[in-house]
Amino acid sequence: MKYLDEFRNPEIAGRLFDEIRAATTRPWAIMEVCGGQTHSIIRNGIDQLLPPEIELIHGPGCPVCVTPLAIIDKALAIAAQPGVIFCSFGDMLRVPGSSKDLFTVKSEGGDVRIVYSPLDAVKLAQAHPDREIVFFGIGFETTAPANAMAVFQAKQLGLRNFSMLVSHVLVPPAITAIMESPATRVQAFLAAGHVCSVMGTWQYEPLVERYDVPIVVTGFEPLDVLEGIRRAVLQLERGDARLENAYARAVSREGNQPAQAMLADVFAVTDRGWRGIGVIPQSGWRLSERYRAFDAEERFAVGDIRTQESPLCRSGEVLQGLLKPNQCPAFGQQCTPRTPLGATMVSSEGACAAYYQYGRFVQAEEIGVQ
Amino acid sequence: MCLGIPGQVKEIYEAGGVRMGVVDFAGITKEICLAYVPEIEVGDYTIVHVGFAITQLDEASAQETLRLFAEMGALAEELQVGEESQAGTA
Repeated sequence: MKYLDEFRNPEIAGRLFDEIRAATTRPWAIMEVCGGQTHSIIRNGIDQLLPPEIELIHGPGCPVCVTPLAIIDKALAIAAQPGVIFCSFGDMLRVPGSSKDLFTVKSEGGDVRIVYSPLDAVKLAQAHPDREIVFFGIGFETTAPANAMAVFQAKQLGLRNFSMLVSHVLVPPAITAIMESPATRVQAFLAAGHVCSVMGTWQYEPLVERYDVPIVVTGFEPLDVLEGIRRAVLQLERGDARLENAYARAVSREGNQPAQAMLADVFAVTDRGWRGIGVIPQSGWRLSERYRAFDAEERFAVGDIRTQESPLCRSGEVLQGLLKPNQCPAFGQQCTPRTPLGATMVSSEGACAAYYQYGRFVQAEEIGVQ
Repeated sequence: MCLGIPGQVKEIYEAGGVRMGVVDFAGITKEICLAYVPEIEVGDYTIVHVGFAITQLDEASAQETLRLFAEMGALAEELQVGEESQAGTA
């Protein structure tokens, strides 16, 4: 496929590995923020082919993983109500709540539907005026313009039977939280390319300055990821801390301005809990006052949610880069994609799911791989 | 979640006041919302996420990146050949 295949060329990947090896003289810890990048790294074995001095720390950029348990439990409660059609991206259906997941609600008779686009949920609301259509609006800045458009359209169309359960999260406050943590080992970031396609790169300039940390905006194909790593290593070796854009074909400094205008209309910044991490100030979006009538949390009284996390799950440490998935005692034992204890084992972007899917059951050093 | 797939715009039209279009992903076509890429034209490439074009793909920039990758390899090869020929004369 054009603009995919060229960026998967193994010969050029080999050259980029050579460049990274030649540049590396000391140990460096680089965090890839986005779960899509984590999967690209593990699927292509990039972590195993890098020089041993380079450690990739997997970041919290998996919206399915960080959606708070209380919101999952609210989704389960709403989806179980008669008359509701609960629409979600497919990734959310197997995410464990306190006692069950959306698949279980579906098997118990709840009308839970997977949609490709949030606009599909708006179409359902038009087609079923006698039903309440609720869309599970999760995601980072990449997904937010789509969800915002769905709410905007529902308002334009005067749909009274459409609402959204919103749990949006934002990347820059997460980077701030990581850099403020005394436990952090991160020395450079690969920023999430498609988040920056929407928001631009300018939001990262103050972070580079405040924390004296290199940030390289990075794409998702193997050559994109390697180029991001190469540029981060070059900066670290030189003692630089700059913002670089290694994904210029999809990212500009300003980002997508029509999308940003829609986001500013539909959403408002709020404190947000991140599953496994805790509340990060000003790290999410909720519906703005103008669109409050479409807030599913207000439309459906689902108070008195008592959450209960698995005592075995250590996904919080995985999401903060403090623990590799295969260092968790439950990994591949009590916790598998079929029997997940935490969301990181479910999502197509979760680090635990990547390690399981691509057979990383033991640490490389345990089997003598350098 | 933040997966974005490059595709080529084949058709552009309005549906219910919203700019929509058909995007081709190597033979598979889908209806995509183009509201956030108001300047995109038929034949241009875009990156699509959950049914929305989130940016126009800058083809000149893509070619430039690929050219730099190719040069990087060519330089490495030249140096390697240089080293080998030096080793040969030693």
